[in-house]
Amino acid sequence: MTQAGKHMAEELLAIDGVTKAYPGVVANSDVSFSITKGEIHALLGENGAGKSTLVKMIYGLVKPDSGKMTLRGQSFAPAEPRAARASGVAMVFQHFSLFEALTVAENVALGMENPPQMRALAARIKEVSEDYGLPLDPDRMVGDLSAGERQRVEIIRCLLQDPKLLIMDEPTSVLTPQEVEILFKTLRQLSAEGTAILYISHKLEEIRALCDGATILRRGKVVASCIPAEKTARELAELMVGAVLTPPARAAKKAWPETEAALEVRGLSATSPIPFGTALKEISFSVRRGEVLGIAGVAGNGQDELLLALSGELRSDPQMVLSFGKPIGALGPSERRAAGFVAAPEDRLGHAAAPDMSLMENALLSGAVRKGLTRRGFIDWGATASWAEEIVARFDVRTPGISVAARALSGGNLQKFLMGRELSQSPAVVVINQPTWGVDAAAAAFIRQEILNRAEEGAAVVVISQDLDDLLEISDRFAALNEGRLSPMRPTEGLTVDEIGLMMGGAHGMEVAHHGH
Amino acid sequence: MDLGGINPAVLIASLMVASVPIMLAALGELVVEKAGVLNLGVEGMMIMGAICGFVTAVETGSPFLGFIGGALGAMALSLIFAFLTQVLQANQVATGLALTLFGLGLSSLIGQGYVGIKPPATAIVPFGPLADIPVVGRILFSHDPVVYLSIALVAGVWAVLKFSRTGLVIRAVGESHDAAHALGYKVTRIRILAILFGGAMAGLGGAYVSLVRVPQWTDGITAGAGWIALAIVVFASWKPWRILIGAYLFGGITVLQLNLQAAGARIPVEYLSMSPYLITILVLVIMSSGKGRASLNAPVALGQNFHASR
Amino acid sequence: MLRLEKRPSPSRFWQMATPVLAVVLTMIAGGLMFALLGKNPVEAIRTIFYDPLFNPQFAAYSRPQLLVKAGPLILIAIGLSLGFRAGIWNIGAEGQYIMGAICGAAVGLAFYPSESVLIFPAMVLAGALGGWAWAMIPAILKTRFRTNEILVSLLLVYVAEAILASMALGRLRNPEGGGFPGSRNLSKWEASANPELIAGTGMHWGVVAAFIAVIAAYILLQRHILGFQIKLAGQAPRAARFAGVAPTKLVVLCMGLSGGLAGLAGLFEVTGPAGQISIDFGSGYGFTAIIVAFLGRLNPIGILLAGLLMALTYIGGELAQFMLGLPSAAIQAFQGMLLFFLLAVDLLSNYRIRLAKRGVA
Repeated sequence: MTQAGKHMAEELLAIDGVTKAYPGVVANSDVSFSITKGEIHALLGENGAGKSTLVKMIYGLVKPDSGKMTLRGQSFAPAEPRAARASGVAMVFQHFSLFEALTVAENVALGMENPPQMRALAARIKEVSEDYGLPLDPDRMVGDLSAGERQRVEIIRCLLQDPKLLIMDEPTSVLTPQEVEILFKTLRQLSAEGTAILYISHKLEEIRALCDGATILRRGKVVASCIPAEKTARELAELMVGAVLTPPARAAKKAWPETEAALEVRGLSATSPIPFGTALKEISFSVRRGEVLGIAGVAGNGQDELLLALSGELRSDPQMVLSFGKPIGALGPSERRAAGFVAAPEDRLGHAAAPDMSLMENALLSGAVRKGLTRRGFIDWGATASWAEEIVARFDVRTPGISVAARALSGGNLQKFLMGRELSQSPAVVVINQPTWGVDAAAAAFIRQEILNRAEEGAAVVVISQDLDDLLEISDRFAALNEGRLSPMRPTEGLTVDEIGLMMGGAHGMEVAHHGH
Repeated sequence: MDLGGINPAVLIASLMVASVPIMLAALGELVVEKAGVLNLGVEGMMIMGAICGFVTAVETGSPFLGFIGGALGAMALSLIFAFLTQVLQANQVATGLALTLFGLGLSSLIGQGYVGIKPPATAIVPFGPLADIPVVGRILFSHDPVVYLSIALVAGVWAVLKFSRTGLVIRAVGESHDAAHALGYKVTRIRILAILFGGAMAGLGGAYVSLVRVPQWTDGITAGAGWIALAIVVFASWKPWRILIGAYLFGGITVLQLNLQAAGARIPVEYLSMSPYLITILVLVIMSSGKGRASLNAPVALGQNFHASR
Repeated sequence: MLRLEKRPSPSRFWQMATPVLAVVLTMIAGGLMFALLGKNPVEAIRTIFYDPLFNPQFAAYSRPQLLVKAGPLILIAIGLSLGFRAGIWNIGAEGQYIMGAICGAAVGLAFYPSESVLIFPAMVLAGALGGWAWAMIPAILKTRFRTNEILVSLLLVYVAEAILASMALGRLRNPEGGGFPGSRNLSKWEASANPELIAGTGMHWGVVAAFIAVIAAYILLQRHILGFQIKLAGQAPRAARFAGVAPTKLVVLCMGLSGGLAGLAGLFEVTGPAGQISIDFGSGYGFTAIIVAFLGRLNPIGILLAGLLMALTYIGGELAQFMLGLPSAAIQAFQGMLLFFLLAVDLLSNYRIRLAKRGVA
């Protein structure tokens, strides 16, 4: 079963007592583990457990404070990514490593030390991408590719350098279940050829299906090593979180008087205001009071645009968005808030919150209308402060105070604050994109519970998420966005992962590639 | 109004000369912006180039050294910009403005003793009999070396940006400094070098104003050419060959309005002299609006500072 | 090796201290520059910063000049600072200043030689409108056609200067001026004059307007939702849209306000200290005000102090020119240098400077 056995457990990379501290936080503390040749090794941990810092050290982007690394028996301390690549380490990033306005071939060339001539490189890209079942057109602009295709660009870029160790940082967060299968085939093929893979994830089933060994990190420390196939997902989860988890409680559905839908969207089409964004095409759905609608989809299929269209930042024809029968498509964010809407965008710093403003100012940012924090345009700072304090207390936001800048908070704490800000405005309609993005399991459970509580109080809720766990746990009905279109709606109960995957667009026409092998 | 006195061949030849300063400066700024940096100090760098070039040429008697001096002077000023924005993380818009204000002051300070002097003449490239060909000879073979150099530089910048690895890296840094950093490119170093190149080009352009175009020194001699160069980068949608077209267009307007003034056109002088600025605005509006708008080609990271935090 | 580390929140101490530090550094660097010009640096700095206020020989003349010069600088800088905070870069205040003066003067001169008390208020209104209208050009081009407001507003300065020249030589030329360029003297015609209100202080209506602008801007930024939206739009444009701020409205508002205030400054100048529309009326206040706005950290109170300081360098500069033969361009370079140092030390409020730890053993 384990690939490691086939390769006589020849050690490739050893990490020994590595420590890295940032001001105020120890990202890695005395971390040790090793990977053998051809092994698929999982690095498992919650957001903020220190996985990313660890791989950045292996890739030469960050220098450890102490400890040492050994690659193929040689001391290994890459000063920069170039040195790591020269030693045979390649990395597929979660974010920030592709150039949207450049072509696939140019992107690949930038990741190589001595790229061949463009024409020769383009031919190589075609050849290798087909060999591994990841077909790519080298002349296309990366900005026009889907999330899955972009990831292929990164993988091909790595493969062209014949890596001995391939690091993959949360690779499946941008893929449909079907695309994940294709990726796993590719990774197994690589492993069989002797390439070791360091696979970073917090998705337990994937790790059980794919990995030969696992190292589990919690708060920067190694808490366990195991063979994932020998553990249940629940056991892995408890190792990762360090606590026993309880799913959110759902009260029995209250029957709300039959009125017109709290939110109805009718044939909503809109071009994206975001560069390389996805246009919304003919989206229709309706949500009643007390109901939670879950919208799944791979990143970049129109989620951001849908949120903008519902929050009022992207305006449409008045009749395309209705609330209790009233046309509101042409109203802006403030007017929609007055009509009972709250919205929480995915991007926390810069969209949902102003990074350099204090929590108090950020509370005012979206709460001014519904909480009545201004009088004739003059701000009631006293009321704003006490409301901000209330959010901090109720949503357990760990912060020295409300005058701290938003960017000073950790991702999870800021998410709690922002969710608290929207959910404590007694909304009639709630729209949230990625409610639990980047928070730990306990906070995620709390946020899901709060969303359910609002529904119970009679709000209509739309949750857009790439995390299927979010959606399956809280939504009553379920749909998926695919290339700007919304699939038909289905009751959540009884849905299988395969069905969900097909709603999300299946493998976007990729299946063929592997079958040809 | 009598336009008969204006000879088209002379007009084209002189617009080629008139366009050199803005072409050089715009070309330099194009590279800077391609690397993701917005340097609004072009006017300041040009005028520093103008005075440093002028002083060097007058003191050494060599126009060639003058151009070198001009490039170096403006480069020194751009180094301040590079240090402030790339190392000290200062706001690029504000720093660019400071560069212009400082450059205007410093140039007039340096130029105190040089008002009213004539610089050594820049020789015309001897093409021999070619220059005697009617019309074509006047247009193509009667210029000083800098005219030809500026066209060659447009071609060179185009080729480097499009085909070379250096060009690819510059474009990558301007598209996403985070991605470039993640791949291990030295974002700050690449941007500083681009800024220095931009400075040198603006300096050459400035020196051309004071050594060939005018040729003498007066305060504020560049008269907004740096700002027009910035506008031409937008006009050109960040494409080198279009810089050539843009510069010729504005060179043409400048020459034409000067000729009209000389020919005693009935339009008041003030309105003629404001025409290049008004037409620049008009062109900016046309290029910025509509579907194929130029800003779609703008480097994504333009004007954003980069600091490798983790 | 030194290393920069971003502070979790900007340091309040350094926000206050950096302008002072920048001034000190500029004095040192400026002193070096003066020494290179063959002047005694200590004497030059003293002549610029101390003598105009405290030397009994000059103070009587210089002190009132402080408010005369600071008035327009503060008035323009307050307007600019609102735009700069919102990320709207109006750098053509010089043009708006000129157009305000021309429009105001034209309205006044149309009624010459009437002695109606309504003339001055009408001129003030026309001045503000002239500056506002001139600023609306880049504002509308930006909102309608996404044209870069930096370039348009700046290019319009050259256009305004050409219009000024044509007015001084043509339409507004004093018919009794013996053919010399320049308009009638507005400060000597009672209906249009903007006189010194309290003798010996330099206080005129423009200075009063500047003080009102400081107070109004302070209240706007601290207590009003509009001020909050301006700050928000500048710091996080997407968050501003999320909060319901209409970017178009903000552009029109900020450009309009800054243009109107610059136009007012021009009007008060042409009816007071300058006295007439002349070819060289544009004195660079519109550009220096950019330095004032930044030196005051875009904060109204800061701008008040920065405006006074910058006015001092003008007066001191003139004095140094007169006493030491220091070229006037040196002062311009000195002011530019001040902005450089300010931008450089600004780093201290957002970053910590640390000695990098030694490499891994």
